[in-house]
This record gives sequence, C-alpha cells and structure tokens, in this order.
Amino acid sequence: MADLRSEFLGISSPNPFWLASAPPTDKAYNVNRAFEAGWGGVVWKTLGEDPSVVNVSGPRYSALYSNERRVIGLNNIELITDRPLQTNLDEIRQIKKDWPDRAVVASVMLPMNEASWAKYLPIIEDTGIDGFELNFGCPHGMSERGMGAAVGQVPEYIQMATEWAKKAASVPVIVKLTPNVATAVPPAKAALDGGADAVSLINTINSIMRVNYDTLTMYPTTDGMGTHGGYCGEAVKPIALNMVAEIARNAETRFIPISGIGGISDWRDAVDFLALGASNVQVCTAAMVYGFKIIDDLVDGLSTFLDSKQLSLDQLVGKAVPSVTDWQYLNLNYIEKAVIDQDSCIKCGRCHVVCEDTSHQAITHTVNGERHFEVMDDECVGCNLCVSVCPVDNCISMERLTTGNDPRTGAAISSEVLNWTEHSNNPMRKTD
Amino acid sequence: MAANNQIKSGRLSKAEVEENFSDLHPPLTRSEALIEADRCYFCYDAPCVTACPTGIDIPGFIQGIRSDNLRGSAHTILRENIMGGMCARVCPTEILCEEACVRNSHEEKPVEIGLLQRHATDPIFESGEQLFERAAASGKKIAIVGGGPAGLSCAHRLAVLGHDIVVFNRDDKLGGLNEYGIAAYKAIDDFAQTEVDYILSIGGIEVRNNSALGSEVELAELVENYDAVFLGVGLANSNALGIDGEDLDGVENAIEYIADLRQADDMSTLPVGRNVIVIGGGMTAIDVAVQSKRLGAEQVNMVYRRGPEKMSASVFEQALAQTSGVNIHHWASPARIVGDGHVTGIEFKLEDNDEAMHLNADVVFKAIGQKLDGSGLDALASESGRFVVDADQKTSVQGIWAGGDCVVGGDDLTVSAVQHGKIAAISIDQYLRNS
Repeated sequence: MADLRSEFLGISSPNPFWLASAPPTDKAYNVNRAFEAGWGGVVWKTLGEDPSVVNVSGPRYSALYSNERRVIGLNNIELITDRPLQTNLDEIRQIKKDWPDRAVVASVMLPMNEASWAKYLPIIEDTGIDGFELNFGCPHGMSERGMGAAVGQVPEYIQMATEWAKKAASVPVIVKLTPNVATAVPPAKAALDGGADAVSLINTINSIMRVNYDTLTMYPTTDGMGTHGGYCGEAVKPIALNMVAEIARNAETRFIPISGIGGISDWRDAVDFLALGASNVQVCTAAMVYGFKIIDDLVDGLSTFLDSKQLSLDQLVGKAVPSVTDWQYLNLNYIEKAVIDQDSCIKCGRCHVVCEDTSHQAITHTVNGERHFEVMDDECVGCNLCVSVCPVDNCISMERLTTGNDPRTGAAISSEVLNWTEHSNNPMRKTD
Repeated sequence: MAANNQIKSGRLSKAEVEENFSDLHPPLTRSEALIEADRCYFCYDAPCVTACPTGIDIPGFIQGIRSDNLRGSAHTILRENIMGGMCARVCPTEILCEEACVRNSHEEKPVEIGLLQRHATDPIFESGEQLFERAAASGKKIAIVGGGPAGLSCAHRLAVLGHDIVVFNRDDKLGGLNEYGIAAYKAIDDFAQTEVDYILSIGGIEVRNNSALGSEVELAELVENYDAVFLGVGLANSNALGIDGEDLDGVENAIEYIADLRQADDMSTLPVGRNVIVIGGGMTAIDVAVQSKRLGAEQVNMVYRRGPEKMSASVFEQALAQTSGVNIHHWASPARIVGDGHVTGIEFKLEDNDEAMHLNADVVFKAIGQKLDGSGLDALASESGRFVVDADQKTSVQGIWAGGDCVVGGDDLTVSAVQHGKIAAISIDQYLRNS
C-alpha cells in the first residue's frame, strides 16, 4: 500500500483527506466520529466574533438530483458557526489533545478591521490548532455583512486581511478563495502577496436551485421567501479543477501550495485535484450525502492507484499541470476520428442523433438496410461528442490519424506542430 | 355438466382465490418508476417503437415519467393506442417492445416498458380526465360490428375525427376478449370496463349490446344505412379436436370457461375439476390451465402436440404455467377421449413413440384455436378462414373495413387489434372526406 501520510505546510496527517470547514466539522461530536472513521484532518467550521450568528430554523439545504435521486449538487444557506466561540475553543482544544496525529485547522471569518484579527487569532491559536484557514469564500449571508466572498472578490481586501492574519498568527495561514470571480489568479496572487502560506479552493458558488412548481416561488423558502445559497457537490468539480489548474500553472502563483476542494466524492476526484496541482484535498458534500464512511474508498482507492502507477503522493501532485495550456497553443495539425466498436455497440443510436442534430452529420444510421452506426471519416471533426453521450463504456474511442490525408479536408496530415499563434488564418500570427 | 363428484366449487376459500387472482404484475411505485424510467437510453429511432404494433413513442412517454409529466406521458401512449392501459397489462412485452430494448444487448435486462406504461396511464383511468377532443362534426355515421379491441379502437378514433358511430356488440358488455378472455389476474378490478367507459366518454359512440351480426342485424342493412362499416367480429367459434369422446360431459371449450370465470362475482363458486387436462399451446391454453390451478384443481396437465419452441404462448407464459404448478407435456396428440357419459381421461399418441400415454381427467379444456363465424359475411373475400384486407384494412367490398383476429394477419393480440382499428378509422375518415 502506498504511503498516504501527508505534510501540508508542515501540518501532518495520516492521509491527504481533510473535512472542509462546513457543517460536518461544527462540533466535537462530529469531528470525533470523523476521526474514528479515518479522516486525516478537519478544518473546523468557521469561527467568528461573539455574539454568534443566528441561523434560520428552516431549510438550509436543497439538492439537485439525478433521476434515481442521487445528489449531484447541494445548495446551502447555513452561516458560520452559530455556537459561542468559547464552546468551540474548548472542544477544539480537547479534540487536538485526543487526536494528536490528525490535522486540525481553524477556519475564521472576521470583520475588516485589524483589531479584530489581532484580538481573536491568538485566542484561537492557543487551543493548539495546526493552522488557520481564512474564509474569504462564503457567498451567502456573511457576504452581505462585508465578509466571506465580499472580501474574496476584491484582491486588495484579501491581501490586507491576510497581512493582518499573518501578523497575529504563528501557525500557517491558508486563504480560502471564492469561485464567484472571473478568474482565481488575482485573488491567489493577492493572498500570496499578503503572506499566505497556501490557498484552498473552491468555496461554494452562488446558486438558486429551482422554483416550487405549485407555488411558483423559489425553492426552498423560509416563510415564503428565499435567498441564494452556495452550490457544491460533484456538479461543481470541473469549475474547481479549472481554478486549481489556473493557479498551479500561472507564473505568478504556481509556487503557492493548494488545498483542493470542490465535489470530491471518490478517489478519482482526489486524483484529479492532486494531479492538477493540489497538495491535499478537502471534502464536504460527499460526507454530507453518504456519511463519513466514504473515507475508506478515498484512502484505499488512492493508495491502490498510486501503487498501480508506481507513484508517491508527492509525485502525483502537479503531474498533469504541464498538460494544461491556453487554447492558442493547441496543435491544429493533430487529427482524431471517432471509432465505434461494433461488438460492444448496443445500437441505441444516441451517437447518430446527436451528431446529426447538433454536430457534423458524421455517423450512419442505416447501412445496407440494417440499423448500423459507423463514423464517416470524411465528415468527422473528432469532436468527442459521440464518445461523451455513448452509454456504453469504451464503445466509442478516438483514434489519431498519423499518415495520408484527412478524409474530411483532403489535406495531407502533417507531423509538424501548428498552433493558432502561427496559423495562416490568424491575422495576429507571429511572423518572424 | 353431468354429475361428477370430482367437479365441485369451493376447492379453495374465497380469500384464497382472491389471493391467487391478485395482480400478476403489481404496479410500480413512483420511486420504482423513476428509477426504471432512468434506465431508458432515449434511443434514436428506437427499436422498441418499431416493435410495438401500435407504434407508441416509448422513449417519449418514458421521458414524461422522468419529468413528472404523467398526463403528457399518458397522452403520448393513448393517442397511438387507446387501449394502452390494457396493453400495459396483457401485452407479451417480452416478444414485443421489451425484446427490442437495446439494454438486452449488454445486460440482458430490458427497461420494464409494460410496467412503465401502466404507471403512466393508471392515473388517467382513475381520474377519467379526457385527453382527447372531437373534431367538428362530419355528419357521417359509421357502423362498427364487434365491441372488442379492434371495434372500440376504430370507434374511438372515428369519434375523435368527428364522426358518429354505432357499435353492434353481440355480448352483454363491451370489451370483447378484454372482458371475456383475458386471464383474471392480468386485469383486476374490472379494468376492462373502466377502459371501455373511458373510450366511450369521448362521445359520439352509440352502443347496441346483444346485437349479433346475422341474427339481430344484417350486413346489407348496415351497408345500406351507414356511410361505412367496420367489422371487428373476432373469431367466435372454437376449433374441434375431431376425435372420439369429444361429446362427453366435462369436455369444454376453454374460452367459454374463461368467460364464465371473468364474469363470476365470486370465483370460488365456480366448478373446478380435480384432474384437468388442457389441450393446446397458446395463450388461451395457458390462461385456462393456470386459472384452473389457482382455483384449486389438484392436477392440471397441459398437453401440446409439438415442442416448447412451437408454442404460441411466450416463454414467460410457459414459465408462469410451470411455476403455477401446471404440468406441460410436449409431443403428445390426443387420440381418444374416454369416459362413460362423463370424461374420465384421454389417451394420447406420443411422437416418435408407439406407446400411448393416458392421463386421467374429469374436466378437459379444448384450447386449440378459434375460427371465424362467417355467417352472413359470404360476400367478403377470405383466406384460411379470415377476411382478406389491404394495408388500410379495407376488405374486398367497398365501404367495408375489417380488423382484429378476424382478418388475415390477425395475431390474437389486443395491441394488434387496436392498431387495425386505428388504421381502419384513419382510412375510413379519408374515404368519407373524399367522397
């Protein structure tokens, strides 16, 4: 079994799976259960100033389902912890004492004045926590009060608050970023400039789940009125991966350690985040949907995967980052065609109809009077839509053409790399 | 029936009989339906649609279930097949839509289309909500002979198209084999009449029960007095074995016993033999054999002259008989029915074997097919005892259409009869609008 022991900013944990700051980490009771189940660490649910916030006593969550009611996405309007600070501090101190090998990081959200940071951070740090995570991400409720995402959307505020935190704290400081921005790079850069030891991302995405079809009000509501929440779960993973990769490959931010968050449900999701540059990962929604037991598959799956690839955890981190680039650098001379394996084709015709209706009319429906689906290379642009919609795993694959002419364009296939920056159709092309 | 102390009612209590005749395929719950609906791949030019004799847009109605649009889903079904409720219960889906399902190719478990169809249509039959609107009145009047699936399907479509219809039905009730022939556990809670009521609720359909062609009403009179005539008379006569002993007491036509069973208020009061022999290999044979067993017969032997693959009953139906405790014998032909006033058994000749097989019986059901009662219908061209029709269900006589079991190509399936009636109605409508 691969060694999954993780060191993130010098904070050690038996595996790289932490529970993200969220309802699962609000109390000692939950955190004890999480550690008993095998989680490597927790980011304690965000602490704030006393008196504590007040949560609604109605629906805080709502879900986007697949038809068999599997939760694909989750929306929440819960605020930061609504318990007195001292209660949380007492519990954190006890937890850290009881679980010395696990990572315990405190998430904090404080108003935009330095005095507050100077006052609270030392008190919190005194519990024995391993680090801070600054919550500049929550998009609902707290952002109306000038905190959370309201800070995370303004790089100058991020830098300012990070500087205050770094001054007040002696343990590592992680800045948690909001995805409710056009690009994650300037906020990450601001965190770095403010002295952050790492960034974590993503927090939740602004969302309204749906309307109630009977009342034609938004759903869910609190006494007839609703408000946008924060969206999470597996549906947000691609958005998170892009932001992680952006930070990991940008020249100005590439050296900042990343804790990856966003829709991690099984070990493959963790591989995605790690390979795209995260050094560890945080999980919330999957635990809120299935309970803490999912840690077993996360640990076992990742370990088995690393063994099969003969990689260490450190070697996996960032492995895929060099493969991410800008569109303009993609090789326009590279040609693939879809190939349908007739033995595994079940003849549902989905590839045909989507190609016919929405793409390039490149898949047959009838051949010699028989229902038969086959790619016509002279029409196929290699778009991968048929692969994407085929219900049978590995039935349609993409194969590269390396010699001869592209049957679609008639042009000779070139082994030379040609990207947009040099393409003759590009009026801005480089001309030496 | 002559006295025979082996034939008696009350072999099982009323409660036991009711349990034995409960829904063969219980309806899906909403959760089950959503999970099953999600298994549909929404195929392009879906093979299940091609396999459905009425061409229901199956992926379309399943999408309605998925999206909680059951009303739209029911409309998608019923606009192609007004008997979509009964067909959901009685269609041999394993040789129609579900056999064609592409899921068979990689997991051998098709989408449960029949059960989903029932899920989509049940609410409409419960509420009686009218999903169809009649076109402007055409002033034309069509006579339909036969109140079974073909006739009712034709009547409904013609009514929707704006015509007025009179249905001449030989029985006390409408429904034909849906009412008198389907096994009771496939259409519980009087569903056949619920469906009939729904069909009639469109309006414009006058029903004359106990009006058989050739006795109460004559074809010439219909041709004279109506703008068009549709014949959906079915196959009213049972085939005979043509062997010694066929006239003994206790030897019955299966179809008549099934009709009695369907009309009984309390099935536990029906006379049931101790040893029952069923001759035949089709759906009627299975139905009478299984129902006899479920009424408490001790031994039910179903005997068929050829092998299992030749039986017109589907593999599912054969398995249903076997799991119900019916013994199925293949490759045995009845040579002689024996008895003294009342049947006591049958001697069978075995294929490839000179020895005879003897089975005891106090009741024998003949289920070897039906034939046309063509009295008064000599003017129509026929072939092998069924009317010849073209692709529009037109007979050889102008102004007369026919469909269902009574025509060449009729295959004893409700769903096929419905399709014939629908095609005929569309053809009649075009004919009347062009004339």
